[in-house]
Amino acid sequence: MPEPKTMFDRIWDDHLVRSYPDGTDLLYIDRHLLHEVMSPQAFQGLHDTGRHVRRPEATFAVSDHNVPTLPEHRFEIPNAASRLQVETMAANAREHGIDYFGLGDERQGIIHVVAPEQGLILPGMTVVCGDSHTSTHGAFGAIAFGIGTSEIEHVLATQTLRQKKPRQMRISLSGHLPDWVTEKDVALAVIAQISTAGATGHMIEYAGDTVSRMSLSGRMTLCNMAIESGARCGLIAPDRKVFEYLKSRPRLASNPEALEAAMDSWSHLASDPEARFDNAVALDVTELEPMVTWGTSPEHTIPITGRIPHSAGTERALSYTGLSAGQSLDDLPIDTVFIGSCTNGRIEDLRLAAEIVRGRHVSDKVRALVVPGSGLVRAQAEREGLSEIFVRAGFEWREAGCSMCLGMNEDRLSPGERCASTSNRNFEGRQGPGGITHLMSPAMAAAAAIEGRVTDVRRLMGARS
Amino acid sequence: MEPVRTIDGIAAPLPDRNIDTDQIIPASYLSTVTRTGLGAGLFHARRYDEHGNTKADFVLNKTPWNGASIIVAGDNFGCGSSREHAPWALKDFGIRCIIAPSFGDIFRNNCTKNGILTAAVETRLADHLMAVARNPSSCRFQVDLNNQTIRAKGKTYDFSVDEADKNWLLSGLDEISLSLRDSDRIDAYEQSWRAAAPWRFA
Ligand code: SF4
Repeated sequence: MPEPKTMFDRIWDDHLVRSYPDGTDLLYIDRHLLHEVMSPQAFQGLHDTGRHVRRPEATFAVSDHNVPTLPEHRFEIPNAASRLQVETMAANAREHGIDYFGLGDERQGIIHVVAPEQGLILPGMTVVCGDSHTSTHGAFGAIAFGIGTSEIEHVLATQTLRQKKPRQMRISLSGHLPDWVTEKDVALAVIAQISTAGATGHMIEYAGDTVSRMSLSGRMTLCNMAIESGARCGLIAPDRKVFEYLKSRPRLASNPEALEAAMDSWSHLASDPEARFDNAVALDVTELEPMVTWGTSPEHTIPITGRIPHSAGTERALSYTGLSAGQSLDDLPIDTVFIGSCTNGRIEDLRLAAEIVRGRHVSDKVRALVVPGSGLVRAQAEREGLSEIFVRAGFEWREAGCSMCLGMNEDRLSPGERCASTSNRNFEGRQGPGGITHLMSPAMAAAAAIEGRVTDVRRLMGARS
Repeated sequence: MEPVRTIDGIAAPLPDRNIDTDQIIPASYLSTVTRTGLGAGLFHARRYDEHGNTKADFVLNKTPWNGASIIVAGDNFGCGSSREHAPWALKDFGIRCIIAPSFGDIFRNNCTKNGILTAAVETRLADHLMAVARNPSSCRFQVDLNNQTIRAKGKTYDFSVDEADKNWLLSGLDEISLSLRDSDRIDAYEQSWRAAAPWRFA
C-alpha cells in the first residue's frame, strides 16, 4: 500500500521542481499576487539585474493597502508617498504585462478578496503574495502563503520559490455554531487555545463537520487568521461548495469543460484518513461564545461573558489598552467601529452586520465605517440595499481597500481612540499610533456600533428565528 | 550579499514576547519604494514620543545600546506582517543578529535574505542573556555562526539555527542566480504540467 499522504503532501509533491541537499525544495508557483506596498523594491531588483518576469500571465496585481477610501480622494491621493507607490505599481504592471486592477476599476479591492472573486485561486495550486494573510486562499484547497520582498523578486524571476516543507498540524472543529457566533469567533478561539506562536513552523489543515458546513467566505475568514497562530498557511479540503463557487467566476465561466475536468482531479486532493500530522488539536464549537480581544496580540482573547485573565507577562498589553486583569469587556465604551478587511470584508460579512444594524442607529458617540473588501462587494451590497441600511444608521460607506486594518491611508485611529474592529491584528499602533483595537466578528462590531460599547450581540438580537 | 560568519557587538535586551513587525516598523514607514533609510523608523512608537522626541528610557536610545548590533528578546519575535521593511529597518540601524526563543516564520526568512542571523535559544537562556546584556559592562557579545555559539560575560552558549539559513548566511550567495541555474528543470516542469493540469496554467 502506498504511504498515506496529507493534502498538503500531495500539493507540495506536485509542485516540486527539485530538492536540494540542504533540505529545501524548489517549488513551482502557480499564482503570484502583488500589491503596491511590498512589490516596488522587487521590481527595482529585477530592473537592476536586467531580469524579466518569467510568467506575467500567472501574476496579478492590485493597489489596496495605501489607497484612500473616501470617494473624493480616489483619483487624487493626497499623500505624495502613497500616490507614488500606487503609480509605481501601475507602471510596473504595465511595463511587465501584468494584469492590474487600479483605482478606476470596479474590480479593485483587497488582494485577498479580489483574487478569489475573480476565480484566480483553484484547488491544488500554489499561491504566494507579499502579504502574510495570503493564508486566506487555503480555503480553496490551495497551498497559499505570504512571502517577503526578496522572495517576490525570486518568484517574479523564476516562477519558483526555495522553501523548506513545514510541519503539519490538523485542527478538527466539530459541532454546530450557536446563533450569532461566527467563523471569526472560531478563528479567535483557536488562537486563544494554541497561542500566537502555537503553529509556528507549521501549516494548518482545518477539518471536521463544522468546517464542512462553513461557506467559502467563512472558510476564508478561518484560513485568513491561520497566520495569527504562527502558521504560514491554512488549508481546507475542496468540496462541492468550492466547485459551485468557482463556476460563476470570471476566469472560469467561459470554459466550463476545463473546470469539469479539473474537478475530477481536485476531488482526490483530500488527506488520506490514515495520514500522519505532526500535531493535532480539537475544538468543539457547540458552546462557543462571541469572542473579543482585550490586549495587543490576537491570543489575548476572551468570550464576551469572560473576564481578562490574571496571567504573567501581560502588564505591557494591559497598560497599552488601559484595562486590568479581572475586568469584563461587556459594556466597555468605544469610539470607533471598523467593519472591513480581508478577514471580514466580503458580502456575507456585510449582510450579517446589516442584519443587526437594520432599523437601528449608530450611537452618537461613535464613528463607524464600513469598507467593502472590493468594488464588486460594494456594488453587490448596494444592489441588495445593504449600503442604504448602513448609511441610514449613520455608518460611513467607503470605497474598497485595506483602510483602517493597518492605517496606511487616511483611515486611522488617534492616540487613545478605542476601536471595535473586524480586522485581524490588535498589535500596538496597528490601526494608527496609540490606537486601541478590540478584534471581534462583524456581528459583534455592528452591535458595538449601535450601543457605543462592546456588547453581547446575543443580548441585542435574541435567538435567531 | 556579504557572507555572515561572526558578529561581535553590543547586545540590547528587549524583554517582551510577541514583538510584531508592526512594532519593529509601523505602517507609516511602508509608503516607500526603496529599501533604504528605514532605520529612523525602527521601533518608532517605543523610541519616540508623540512629538518626535526620543524617549530616554528605551534601551536603543541609551548608550551603549544605541550602537547595538545584536538584540536579545522574548519568544515569537517578528510575528505578524510579511513586511521585509522590518529586517531592512533593523539592518539600517545596525542590527546583524537577533537572539530569541522563536521567530515568526516569514520574518526569519526575510532576515536570512538580508544577512541578519536569527539565533534561537531556550527561553531561560534568552532571559539570562537579557540580564547579562542589561549590564553595560557585560553587554558585548560574540556570536559565531559556524560553531553556533554565543559568547557573553566569559561564558559560551550554544544556539540553534535552521540548517538552510545557516548555509545561506555563510555563503552569501544570491539565491535568484542559483535558482536560475535550474531554468532547464523549471522549463521541463512547466511543460509536463501544462499537459497534465492545464487548469493551473489557464
Ligand atoms: S486588509 Fe489588512 S490584513 Fe488584509 S491585506 Fe489589507 S492590510 Fe493586510
